[in-house]
Amino acid sequence: MIIAERKPIEEIRRAIAPYRKILVAGCGTCVTVCWAGGEKEVAILGSQLRLARGAEGNGLVTLEATVDRQCEKEMVEELRDKVNDVEAVLSLACGSGVQTMAELFEDKPVFPAVNTTFIGMPEKEGLWVEMCGACGDCFLDRTGGICPVVRCAKGLLNGPCGGTRRGGKCEIDAEKDCAWVLIYRRLEKQGRLDLMREYRSPKNYRAVKRPGRVQAVKA
Amino acid sequence: MSGHIVAFCCEHSACPAADLAGRLGLHYPDNLRIVQVPCAGRVDLIHVLKALENGASGVLVLGCEDGACHHITGNTRAKERVRYSNLLLKEARIEGRPVAMFNLSPNAPHKFVGAVNDITKLITESGR
Repeated sequence: MIIAERKPIEEIRRAIAPYRKILVAGCGTCVTVCWAGGEKEVAILGSQLRLARGAEGNGLVTLEATVDRQCEKEMVEELRDKVNDVEAVLSLACGSGVQTMAELFEDKPVFPAVNTTFIGMPEKEGLWVEMCGACGDCFLDRTGGICPVVRCAKGLLNGPCGGTRRGGKCEIDAEKDCAWVLIYRRLEKQGRLDLMREYRSPKNYRAVKRPGRVQAVKA
Repeated sequence: MSGHIVAFCCEHSACPAADLAGRLGLHYPDNLRIVQVPCAGRVDLIHVLKALENGASGVLVLGCEDGACHHITGNTRAKERVRYSNLLLKEARIEGRPVAMFNLSPNAPHKFVGAVNDITKLITESGR
């Protein structure tokens, strides 16, 4: 899923400073799971902003709404009445959701309240780690399902480097596992260590032409 | 003090303690608004923030003693939420409106009164 982090409140406050009535819009999918922009975070941010503006004597009215997926026009369309009723929108969705909102309501300024950071998974409660760089040229079949492009600090395709620490940790960050040690152990369990000897030629990092576009083929 | 104090009181500890304080005729500030909750762990960040938005000068969360929570971990969760509420307030530069957690047993009316007096003192000192 897409992982995001809420922006510093000062940055958010600067963005909405000229407005007196805004919609705080959350998304019920990825950013809900990573505690950045779901219904609860919408309520908390709305309350924080109202309190902060109230303390300044410059009141703020907020409408609050969370749709299932802010990256789908049909779902964002449900917010039309609320958007029409405000001066600006503060979106807690990922960059895709913010842009969907901005495209649908072109006459209203839409501000992001989160920084979209990476595609990842929850490792434990409250901790998410990057898993995929969306490179468009996946070779997880040959690395035991562990992506060295994002999980190796150096992004090595033919690892490990010479700097692996004792205990299989990375030389760049002792807290992080060396991706190539993980790959070795995984392939060992699968009886496929021969893959470690395989040379992986330089990767095509332009497999996806930006902006990416995928057209489904109907059966 | 300009506003009231909202006290979220666990029905297994703080509420009986408050009742007992009343029966013993103990004095505490009359601007206290008690909200009975089934467990301190029921109190969420938004409850604290809404209380402040609605004019509270401070918020108290009163739960069972450590290790004696009727719902096992509610009081420890509440403590974490109170800590986080204070971070959110600091982030939004809201000062002088304390949010505090106290643990007490149902037969501790003096501790209940002490908690109310403590937060009142904090608010008064901050000049509100």
